[in-house]
Amino acid sequence: MTDTAPPPTTTGAQEEELHPIRLRVNGVLRTAEVPARRLLSDCLRHDLGLTGTHVGCEHGVCGACTVQVDGRPMRSCLMFAVSAQDHEITTVEGLERPDGTLHAVQRAFRECHGLQCGFCTPGFLNVIAAFLEENPKPSEEEARDAVAGNLCRCTGYQNIVKAVLRAAELRLEEQVDEDAPVEVDEVAR
Amino acid sequence: MTDQTSPARTPQRLDEVITGGIGTSPLRPDGTLKVRGEFAYSSDLWADGMLWGATLRSPHPYARILSVDTGPALAHPGVSAVLTHQDVPGENIYGLKTADTPALAEDVVRYKGEPVALVAADHPETARRALEKIVVAYEVLEPVTDPERAAHDDTLPALHPGGNVVRYQPIVQGDPDAVADVVVSDVYTLGMQDQAFLGPESGLAIPDEDGGVDLFLATQWLHVDQRQTARALGLPLEKVRFTMSGVGGAFGGREDLSMQIHCCMLALHTGRPVKMVYGREESFYGHVHRHPAKMYYEHGATKDGKLVYIKARMYFDGGAYASKTPVVVSNATSLGTGPYEVPNVRIEGWGLYTNNPPCGAMRGLGAVQPAYAYESQMDKLAKALDMDPVLLRQINAVSEGSTLHTGQVLDSPAPVAELLERLKRLPMPLENRTAPADVRDLPGGISNTTHGEGVVRGVGYSVIIKNVSYAEGADDYSTARVRLEVIGGEPVAMVHTAAAEVGQGLVTVQQQIARTELAVERVNIHPNDTNVGDAGSSSASRQTYVTGGAVKNACEAVRDVLFAKAARRFGERPADLSLVGGKVVSSTTGVIADIADVLGDDVIEETREYHHLRTYELDPVTGQSPRVHVQHAYSAHRAVVDVDTELGLVKVVRLDCAQDVGKAVNPDAVVAQIQGGSTQGLGLAVMEEIQVEGGHIRNPSFTDYLIPTIMDTPPMTIDVIERADPNSPYGVRGVGEPPTISATPAIVNAIRNATGLDLTHTPVGPEHICGPAFARA
Repeated sequence: MTDTAPPPTTTGAQEEELHPIRLRVNGVLRTAEVPARRLLSDCLRHDLGLTGTHVGCEHGVCGACTVQVDGRPMRSCLMFAVSAQDHEITTVEGLERPDGTLHAVQRAFRECHGLQCGFCTPGFLNVIAAFLEENPKPSEEEARDAVAGNLCRCTGYQNIVKAVLRAAELRLEEQVDEDAPVEVDEVAR
Repeated sequence: MTDQTSPARTPQRLDEVITGGIGTSPLRPDGTLKVRGEFAYSSDLWADGMLWGATLRSPHPYARILSVDTGPALAHPGVSAVLTHQDVPGENIYGLKTADTPALAEDVVRYKGEPVALVAADHPETARRALEKIVVAYEVLEPVTDPERAAHDDTLPALHPGGNVVRYQPIVQGDPDAVADVVVSDVYTLGMQDQAFLGPESGLAIPDEDGGVDLFLATQWLHVDQRQTARALGLPLEKVRFTMSGVGGAFGGREDLSMQIHCCMLALHTGRPVKMVYGREESFYGHVHRHPAKMYYEHGATKDGKLVYIKARMYFDGGAYASKTPVVVSNATSLGTGPYEVPNVRIEGWGLYTNNPPCGAMRGLGAVQPAYAYESQMDKLAKALDMDPVLLRQINAVSEGSTLHTGQVLDSPAPVAELLERLKRLPMPLENRTAPADVRDLPGGISNTTHGEGVVRGVGYSVIIKNVSYAEGADDYSTARVRLEVIGGEPVAMVHTAAAEVGQGLVTVQQQIARTELAVERVNIHPNDTNVGDAGSSSASRQTYVTGGAVKNACEAVRDVLFAKAARRFGERPADLSLVGGKVVSSTTGVIADIADVLGDDVIEETREYHHLRTYELDPVTGQSPRVHVQHAYSAHRAVVDVDTELGLVKVVRLDCAQDVGKAVNPDAVVAQIQGGSTQGLGLAVMEEIQVEGGHIRNPSFTDYLIPTIMDTPPMTIDVIERADPNSPYGVRGVGEPPTISATPAIVNAIRNATGLDLTHTPVGPEHICGPAFARA
């Protein structure tokens, strides 16, 4: 049977120095041994088994591999795993809340038909989640700007813009409901 | 959506009780998994002890292979296998329409990027290092790169045994010597477009103890992959089992094989699971592209704008292998007049072999190229006649009952003139402002290249015709297995097909049909695999039509069994029974039982096929056919552009679409398909071209092959109308391709309208507006 569980850590057959690293991913401390040039995207996918982070172009153009590093969107294909040490990494798997309910931006993408094949979606979600922290009530123009660095080949972006605006609404409703923002970094997976 | 009501024939009363049936827009069943990052794409798969496969590709467009030495690669630590054509267990040949493609090159390579050898190793990096150690000696040959020459110049080397013409198809109707008052002509070229799906080719092959193999992959058509792979592996079909994984977009680019045979070969050879994942650059070499074309067009019309004749010659560059080239030629010639009534037609199409990258399926197959040419011609003709280009199109538009130049009569609604009228009535965006508030609204955007000086606005229209489903006598069918049983006290339906969900929303549509037909709320979709009959490809805008029809048929069969049971038990006549909201209802005695009660512990499972009306080949000499296509679809676009005439930069300001979809099974998904399709058409109008020089791709990356971002994509109004096709399930008409086709010419027409230039190439770059010095590449 196939599975998406983590493969054993492999390094390739190269005689290459390995570095033990400690990464805080989705609130959980993870360790791995990687060569210095291991990309964060490959480390997340192959060493840690977090395959929700997708690789579409491997050189920082498409944005599918975007994760949050200390709350800022970063292309994990342009960052070395060793340089992610001591930073808080959030991947798509860590967006939902501790009780398993979806993040406002996840709900909005689902509801607004903001995805088709869905391959680009995790990158968009991380970009927008970080954006809404800085700009909780974006205009449509600002919503379009926010996603300008990510490629989607299916949707023509119209419903993605809708989803950004809807996510902002849902997020504000959640905050009114609970009177406080929810800490998402407690997620243990 | 519009307020047009549809004459769809399914009783609507079922929808009143069960939510999420056809005509509504329930959420995608895979949406939650996809937003949680838990949806397993083929690149995410993993198996214990698996190896990684990699492919050595030809660096030359055309060369003879003198020798291959795999020894040094095999000696590389961590390498488990190095395979060449000599290791292909079965026949080293495959192909969608014509088996002409070796799984691994033998004595010759015909394009740059052609697979020559394979490696399996313990890590992808090891595999790539080992590729570098395979020593191949080539004798480089002069490549054939001009498709028009390939058609007519017998002195060129024949790249395949039958010569370089894959298909020649003429279509002749009426008087070839007809004379017209006004004549316009030009030669149009269209660049090579890439599908640019975001999830590159990938798969995981797992060898089985029975000598067979399981392949988990992303594809558009499981069974055709299985058949081609089994032939190359020399295995019976039942030992080559394919299961669909998550598909990261397709758009035609997954219709041909990529890693399928290779991955299975490595797994069978090593006895271990093998995973292959292409990178983006390899993906540009690893799948077929849209055929570039050169098209000579001449239109003649009367003084009052009635078309008298169309003459056209078109050349399609199929590259090194045939793939879908024969179908491109058929579609292009049979749709090459556009959605217009023309009494006299002579169209000739050639599909050619060259040493350029192989071309095959991409959204709008064979209809995109001529649509750019004939819609350019219609604007040119309108200008020559001093006539409104929309009116010119409307007075020549086909309608139900019209005869196309193939002799085929349109047997269902064809609201071509109406689509244009509806677009014309949509509000226009604000005119050019003298002091724009925001540079993002101007050509060049945040590059801040203009504040409005040198910027002119233009408006362009287009309307196009596309065939739906496979044509020319193909037995185009799909298979569905539907199971109805009680789970947890509730009736639950399970739909099992091999029809590929590639993002378009087929899983949602299948659920909707089952809900409507069986009046149950809960419908599960079984994973796609080859344990159920063929579904055909997710292409040609056909799955809602054909697989939708199969699901409907299977549901009806299940319902018949259920009615027979209920009738026996309750003394009713089956013909009096219907299903409403989870209940069996008699027309004479009212509600007789819950579906769950009638079922009890029984399971009803039925498998049915859906075959659409028979089609017929084009006559090889006259191009006539009583029904070459089972259905036609129509869409129209209006584009508004601002052009910086000093720098040749274009901003598409607005891109509105009107389309007839027959019946919108899922209105939200229909609109989303049109938005996405329009954006791909925009890419072909102003951005997207694979640059090929001497058979070499010059821009195999997303840095150099540009696809539209949100900044390139304007707001869109989508006007969907529903004129049911009496021959299709629920009256549906294919949706996915038409908007991709009509967006491109509308935008190019708008740029012409703004600049007055001829613009005989698409995509339109700065060099076409301001001269060669402005070329981007």
